Parts: sequence; C-alpha cells; structure tokens
Amino acid sequence: MSEPIDEPNHTARFATLWVIVTLIALPLVIWVIGPLLGPGTDSDQASAVGTDFTVLAVIATPVATLVVMFLLYSAVFFRQPKGQMLEGPAVRGHARVQATWIIVTSIMVLGVAVFGTVRLESADGAGSGSGPSPLTVPKGKKLPVQVIAQQWLFTYRYPTYGGVETTELVLPANEEVEFHVTSLDVIHSFWAFKLGVKADANPGVDNIAFTKPTKLENFTVRCAELCGIWHGYMSGAGRVVTPEAFNTWIHQEQTKLAPATKVLPKYSTTYLPEPLRRGE
Amino acid sequence: MSLLAKKLLGVGAAVVVLGVLIGLYVAAWATSAPPTIVATSAPASSGGTHLTLETVAAIGPKYSPSHPDWVSYLIRKNGKWIHSTIFTVPANSVIHVTVYQYDGDSGLRNPLLSQVQGTIGGTETINGKAVNAINPEETSHTWVIPQLGVFIPLPGVPEEAKNQCEFAPCEGAAHNTIEFSFRTGAKGRYRWQCFVPCAAGFLYGFGGPMQTLGYMDGFLNVV
Amino acid sequence: MSTMSTAAAAPAPSGRPLWRRLIGFNLLTAVILGVGGYYFGWWIGHLINGPSFEYESATDENDVALLLGYFFGVVGFLIGLGFANYPVSRLLGRPASLREKESGGIGRYFGLCTDHKVVGIQYLVGIGVFFFVGGLNAMLIRAELLKPVPTLVGPNQYLSLVGMHGTMMMGMMTSGILGPFANYFVPLMIGARRMAFPRIEALTFWLLMAAGFILVSTIFFGGFPTGWTGYEPLNDEAVMGMDSYIVFFALVGVSMALLGLNMMATIITMRAPGLTWSRLPIFVWSVFATAVLMVLAAPMLIATLLMAALDRTINTSFFLTAGGGSSYLFENLFWFFGHPEVYILALPGFGIILEILPVFTRKPLWGYRLAISGMLGVSLLSFFVWQHHLFVSGINGDLRPFYMLSTEIISVPTGFIFLCVMGTLWKARTTFSVPMLFVYAWTFNFLIGGLSGVVLSDVPTDTGLHGSFFVMAHFHYTIMGGLIFSFFAAIYYWVPKMFGLRLNEVLAKCHFWLMFIAFNSTFLPLFVLGLKGMPRRVSTYEPALQGLNDWVSISAFVLGFSMLIFIFNVVYSLIFVREPAEANPWHSKSMEWQVPTPVPVNNFEQIPVFDSDPYDYGTPAPITGGGRPATAGA
Repeated sequence: MSEPIDEPNHTARFATLWVIVTLIALPLVIWVIGPLLGPGTDSDQASAVGTDFTVLAVIATPVATLVVMFLLYSAVFFRQPKGQMLEGPAVRGHARVQATWIIVTSIMVLGVAVFGTVRLESADGAGSGSGPSPLTVPKGKKLPVQVIAQQWLFTYRYPTYGGVETTELVLPANEEVEFHVTSLDVIHSFWAFKLGVKADANPGVDNIAFTKPTKLENFTVRCAELCGIWHGYMSGAGRVVTPEAFNTWIHQEQTKLAPATKVLPKYSTTYLPEPLRRGE
Repeated sequence: MSLLAKKLLGVGAAVVVLGVLIGLYVAAWATSAPPTIVATSAPASSGGTHLTLETVAAIGPKYSPSHPDWVSYLIRKNGKWIHSTIFTVPANSVIHVTVYQYDGDSGLRNPLLSQVQGTIGGTETINGKAVNAINPEETSHTWVIPQLGVFIPLPGVPEEAKNQCEFAPCEGAAHNTIEFSFRTGAKGRYRWQCFVPCAAGFLYGFGGPMQTLGYMDGFLNVV
Repeated sequence: MSTMSTAAAAPAPSGRPLWRRLIGFNLLTAVILGVGGYYFGWWIGHLINGPSFEYESATDENDVALLLGYFFGVVGFLIGLGFANYPVSRLLGRPASLREKESGGIGRYFGLCTDHKVVGIQYLVGIGVFFFVGGLNAMLIRAELLKPVPTLVGPNQYLSLVGMHGTMMMGMMTSGILGPFANYFVPLMIGARRMAFPRIEALTFWLLMAAGFILVSTIFFGGFPTGWTGYEPLNDEAVMGMDSYIVFFALVGVSMALLGLNMMATIITMRAPGLTWSRLPIFVWSVFATAVLMVLAAPMLIATLLMAALDRTINTSFFLTAGGGSSYLFENLFWFFGHPEVYILALPGFGIILEILPVFTRKPLWGYRLAISGMLGVSLLSFFVWQHHLFVSGINGDLRPFYMLSTEIISVPTGFIFLCVMGTLWKARTTFSVPMLFVYAWTFNFLIGGLSGVVLSDVPTDTGLHGSFFVMAHFHYTIMGGLIFSFFAAIYYWVPKMFGLRLNEVLAKCHFWLMFIAFNSTFLPLFVLGLKGMPRRVSTYEPALQGLNDWVSISAFVLGFSMLIFIFNVVYSLIFVREPAEANPWHSKSMEWQVPTPVPVNNFEQIPVFDSDPYDYGTPAPITGGGRPATAGA
C-alpha cells in the first residue's frame, strides 16, 4: 500500500501544535498554578521551595504537553480506516531523532540536578533535615530549638532559655531558627509545612534543619513518618510572634514550668531514656 | 453450558460466598471498638459531670481473655467497672475526674509530663493533698488530652505496699486516689493517651496496650 | 478437585470412589498439613518460649510461636501439594516423574502442575484474587477518609488496613505480569517447550498463595501498625500481627528470587535456533531486565526481614540504637530492596506496552535497541537511587546531591520508552482495540507519574512533599496507572490465546473508560492534597480538606465498581457465553500467536526456527521525503 500523495506534513503540523499549546500552558504554570504549588511564603525556606516548584513545573510543562498532544494527535490522525488492515511505514528508528532526544533529555536532567543541588546547599534550602553536621549552615545568630518527638507528642526544648521544655512551639519572627530534631523512641518526622521544614526524628540522632520565619502567622506541626496508632493525631499548633512577644512568652513558660524543668535531664542533642530493650 | 463451565461456575460461586463471609468478618473486625460510655451529666450545682476511672496493672482474663496481662484503664458506670476508654462528656462544662490508681510505678521517659497542666487551679489532688507536679520516677500512668492541653501524672503504688491488686476490678486493693477538674470547650472528638512506658515487656514500654484502643488510649467525645 | 495423582503414578482413572481420589498430594492435603504444621510450630514455640520467659508472661505475645507456626505451616502446605516428592524420591533412589499432571482436567489447576501454561493461569487467578482483597482494603480506607474525624474504623485497624493494602499489592503485583504472562508466553515466544525449572515455577506460585493467606491472617493477631515499609523500631514494638507481615514478605522475596532465576535461565539457555538476542521480542527483554532485578534485590529483603525477626524474638539489636544498632540500618536495607522493587513493578509494564503497540499500529517497533537500552539502563540505575527515600531523615549531607543526580538520571532511560512509544505511533494505522486503549492510558498515566517523580527527586521540593499524599499520588500513578493498566492490557490482549475465548468488547470498553476516568479522578486530586500538607497514613485531616477527600473517595468507589464490570465480563464471557476466539485474532506476527488455540501440551510439534524479530509489519518503502532508508533495527 503506498501513501496518498497529498499526505499532510505531520511533522510541521504537530510541531506547530506543540509549540502553541506549550506557549499557552507556560504562562498558566508560571503565574496561576506555580504560586499555588509551594507551602506559601511564611518563611525564607518556604518561599524558596515555592520557587523550586515553579521552576520544575516550567521544565516539566513542555515534556508533558509533548506527550499528551502527541497522544491526542496520533489518536485523531493516525487511525486505521474502518474495516481495513493497512500497514504503516516500516520505520524501525531514526538515528538523529534518537540522538537529539538522548542529548536534550540528558541536558535537561543534568540541569535540574545542578539547579537542585545549588538550591539545596543555599541557605534557602536548609529546611530539610540534614543530620548532625549539615553542609550549609546559615550565617549569623541562630535560635536553637530542640524538637523532641515521642509517641505521640512533639515537645520543644529551648537550650538558651534554661533548657525549658514546652508543649507549644512559639518562634520569634525574622530570626534564624536552628531545629535539632530527635526522637525518644521510634522514627517520627517533624513537619512544619508552612515554614518549609521537614526533618525526620530518629532515636539517638540529632537531625538539624533551619528556618527563618518571616510572617506573624500560625502554622501547624504534623508528624510525617508513621509512628503508631496516633500518628495522624500527632499534630499541634505553632505560632510565629514578634521577638518581644516571644520573650514574654518564654519567660512565662519558664516560670510556669519551673517544677518540670528542675527534673528534666541536662540538655543534650540526643536522649535515650529507659526502658530501652524488650522484656525490661 | 458445558460441564467445564458448570464446574467453573460452581467453584466461582463457592469462592464468592466464602469471600463475602470473609469480607463481613473483616468489616466487623475493622469497625470493632470498645463501647462508648456516657459520663453522668449533671449541672454544676449538684457536683457537675463526673468521670470515675481506674488504672490497673493487669486487666485479667475476665475482661480480656486474649490479653489478661495488659495494663488498662477502666471506667465506672452505674457502680460497675466497664472495660472501655471511649467517654462522652458535655461541651463547655466542668468535668470532675476521679482516678483510682492500682498499678506500681514505671517512671516517665519525658519528665516534662510529671507536671500537672490544664486543670482548674493547675493542680491535682492525690490522696487528699493538692500538688502541681509529682516525682517523675514514681509515675505509674498519665492521663493526657493533648488537644485540650490536659496533662495528669498518676503516681504509682509503692512496691512494699500490702494488698496489691492482681486483676481488674481492683476493689479494696492498695491504691492512690487522684482527683482533678478540667473544662471542656467546643464539640469534637479528642484523643487521650498515657505517656508512661507502662506496657511491661514491650520495646520502650510503648507496645501492646499502649497502642490499643480500650487499654491505655481512648477518645473523649465532647458533645 | 477431581483428579488425583501421586508423583510416580499416572493419573488414576476417574472410576474410583471420591474418598480415594481425595487422598494424595493435592490442595486438600496441603491445607490439612499446613494447618497441622502451624499447630506443630505453635506448640514448639510455646515449649521454647513459654510463660517462663519474661517477655511472654508480661505481654501475652509469643512471636517465636507464631513465626515457627507460620514456617511449619508453609512447609506442611508445600509438602502436601507434592513439592517434596521429587527430591525425596531421588534421595531414596527411586525413579520419579519430572512432569506433574501435564494433562488432565480442571483439577490440575488446583495443585502442583509443571505445565507452564497452567501455572500462568493459576497466577492470573490467584494474583487477581489477592488484588481484589487489596482493593477492598483500599475501599475501606477511602470510606474512612470521607470524614476528617475517625468514624468507621478504629485507629489500629485503620493502620492495619493501610498496611495490608500496601503490603498485599506490593507483594502480589511484583509478580503481576511476570507470573501470569511471562510464565505462559515466554516459552512460546522463544520457541521452547517449557521453562527451565518447571517445578520451581510452580513453587513460586504456591509460595505466593501461602503468603497471601498469611498476610490476611494478621487480623487475628492484632494487625500491624507500620505500613508496608515496616520501619523499625516501630516494627519491634508491635504485637504479633507484625510477624505475619515479616513472613509474608519473606515468602514473597523467595518467590520473587526464584521466579527471576527461572526467567533468566529460560531466556538465556532455551531460545530456539535463530533467535538471537537482537531478535528477541521486547516483552522478553523486559522480563529479562526485571528478572535481573528480582534475583539481586529480593535476597536483600529476605535478609532484612530475618534481622527484624531476630530483633523481635531473640532480642538482638540490629535496629535499636540503645543496643548499638540503628534505625537507619533498616531504612537503608529496606529501600535498597525497595527501590529496585518498584522498577520490578514498572519494567514489565514497559515490555507489555511496547509488545502490544506494533500489533495494533501495524508498524515495526520503533527504536528497538533504544528501548532495550532504556530497560537495561533503568535496571542498572535502580540500584543507585534508593537514598531518595531518606532525603530528610538526616543522612550525611554529602550524599544528597549524588542521589538527587542519580534519581534524576534514571528518568533518561525511562524517557527512551516514551520516545519508542511515540515513534511507533508516528504515522501508524492504529486500531483502537481494548488493549490499545490501555496502551494510550498507560502512556498518559506513566507520564504524570514520571514527572511527579522528578519533582520528588529534587531535595528542596521533597522537603515539602516527603511523607505526604503527593508521594501517594506519584506511586499510584506509576504503579497503578502504569503496571495495572498494562496488566489489563495484557489480559485483554492474551485472553484469546490463554482461554481460546473472546471477552465481550462492549463490557471491556465500559471497563476501560470507567477505570481510566475514575482512576485519574481519584489520584489527580491527591497531588493537590499533598501540596496542601496532608500526610500519609492518617485517618484525620484538616477539615478544610474534606471536600477534596470526599471527591477522591467517591471516585475510588467508582474505580472499584469498574473492576466489578471487569469481573462480570470475565464470568459472563468465559463461563456463560464462551464465544470461541480464532488462533490469531489480532493478526500478530509474534510466535505465541502462531501456535493453535488451545495451545498443545508440548507447545510446538517441532521447535521453530526464527529468522527475524516479531515486528515485521509495515510497508518497506520509506514515506517521509528526505529521510534515510528504513533500516532494520536503528
């Protein structure tokens, strides 16, 4: 079976279609969908994560439109006429197309990897739990806050304020916070979504993450690693307040919780309280 | 229909019947829960809403044939001790709670929880004496409603005490009586749990009864 | 069960009384010996770890008894089926039959049968049953998530349901395509009469059936709270139900390793004359790539679970910080298996799609060598990416950029598959049969799954998304949207050959459209839920998210209903209507379609000789002006 002579130039048609759809999609992704993707702008880390989302979405858009438009195009134009059994062209490959694809996708992927690494190692990418010795430490004064995860409650210890341990997380605005996340028992994960922070809490490990809250907003802390029956309920409210309000609050807590603070163990980056083994 | 088809249909029908029965069993298992106990509601003038709980070292084969050695909470309703941890209390009210504590101490893993928080007056009354914190090593159980900020440490019965309780209900055995009151606010379903590693034998003392509704975990329905 | 046989005797005539026919090595004996073995193991466990031991007296939990019970139960089950007959006969120096129940009636589907075609159908039905069990768990989960507060299901049972759903699906569907379709069709595609190790082939199936039953039995022992990943130390804290998970996955691991071994041996050694590697059907290549992963990754799982079982029984501290171990050890060991595992799920899907495409586009497969390098590249790279599951867990900061790079690089060979799909579709003459519809759907779904994977591989964005519903949406798109859609494509494609019957096309198309629309409606909003901060494995969430969750739940119920349409089609077409299918209804040039239906016991009268790959479609003259002449295999 030979092809009809007036076979349309599918390559040109499809390429045009793809470019048009991508040009329509890109502004939508950048300005409409993009801002909705990230966790908001409540902290430097959250804003940075939002930007990363938009960049990745922009890179993914032409790929997505290519494949989806191709499927639609081929479903419409490359059909078997009803009742017939025509054969398509016996093309088994095209070296230039394959080479172009390999090169372009490799470049895109390497670009994304480099972009991700640069963002990760910047201060803005410091919201993820980086272990006891993070590669990137934001400069300047930092407020250390220890997050102690236990089944099934987060408690917070402020070592620079006498080691007082509270059940509520209150942070001063515009100050870099250094979270030290650890667990007393199983693996939990400290997830302050709107602050762009997530750090797993492992027993016996000090996991450090940074954030700099910029807005005076409330946020929710949730546990992001399955830790048992009340994993879904292991959430609490947190607040970002002015530094003066924070000072007032922390001194109130110190007074209120003085009896407990007296019996707390000395501040340490990890705790392993008894009982520790089965059968004890 | 051929013989083969009849056989297939027979097998298929048997499988479907079996499957439905198994499905019903699984659904029953999935939705099983301890009974919900409604606390005796009463106006503030006549004493208010009352919850009477007890904590025991071993629930015993009568209440739990499969786990007789597990620690547990029980609630008293109409003079009888019921093995449940799901209570219903009214919203925007004062709830008075009495806990009869029959278990020995295990010690807190996080001593922060040895301080009383969230009660009216910030204290609890232990055997008649009001305190705002107890020795974390002597804690036997806690009653904590994290969403309401209520933290109640319960002291343990000393080892040398005579007449220790064996199985629930522990009427007449050595115990501590802890009383406190707290306020409920909006309606909702709040969880409560114990924070002491009291599940003897399990890793970190937090397995088994500490992870099972009806023993050391429960719900507070505020309606 | 109407056929009875022992290993060394020919099938007995059916004139014997029923009770005599039931005695022998069959499923009934297997169940009896399995139950007996369980009680035997339980009894031994109590002897050596009874109430005199502190753990058991304090906790009323006896893990040793349950683990031994399961072990002896499985051993008894396998002995009852007749797996020990050949080894024991040879040990005793007696002649033994190599082929069990090669011919016979429907009874041989319920026991040990060494005919690879029978094993393929056993797998199809067995895995199908457990797939539906897992699906029902999902329906219960979605029913619970209709309201943001716990309503139907207690918190323990919810976690067990979540765990059972994930574990059942992951364990069963790893063999979802290799089990039924590779076992049935690889020998036919390569011109062999059987698989390299027929008895091991049957063993892999029955191990999986025993495992599935063991997993479901977890509800008698309190369920397990860890989800399918089984993280320590929560694993160690859990009650006896956790042992069901451990034994299930260990058996699945053994089954996987043996299945992969069998596939590799068959493909390497039993190809017919003329079938060089460059003429092998792409499906067989994908099976080979998957088999390599299975053989290398599954033993890691078995070892990890053994360590977990030791921690739970004899008080070792592999995973306990206080005893000198580390919770990180489990995470790393598990994911070293777990990541190749998900490529074990994805690769056969690639093979099915690329195998079906040429038949319905009447064109040769475009980029055959590119597709092979894509699959082998994915196989190789899959061992180098596992730490992306641990990005925020506090691993050494130096490692994260490397694993980010490797995870993103793995999308390049995956992209090759997409290029091959598009190349084959270009200027094709596509017939939109039901298998072809599933091919289109696969491409769309895996695209979304793959792109969301790239978003997850970027560490800063992973900070927001790890452990959230975004991850759930990503892997459901790749595993369900990819594997399950290709599973159904394979079913609709190969049923005429396996059963000699046609499935009703109208019902099939209803199934497809409802499934495709409901699937996307269920899982696309999950991306949004993840971006809004909803964590995984929870039954409570912010009330503001209830609208989305309700939409997802209703869509999930519709998705479940579409599966009922499929079951109805199967029952209706295969049992009632029984419309016979021709030997080659799709006019495929692949070898498995050149044999008659029903496929003869020995597959081929004469071993065929191959002279080309099965993609000899299309008009040979080039159409595109200015292009190069069409070359065979660019």
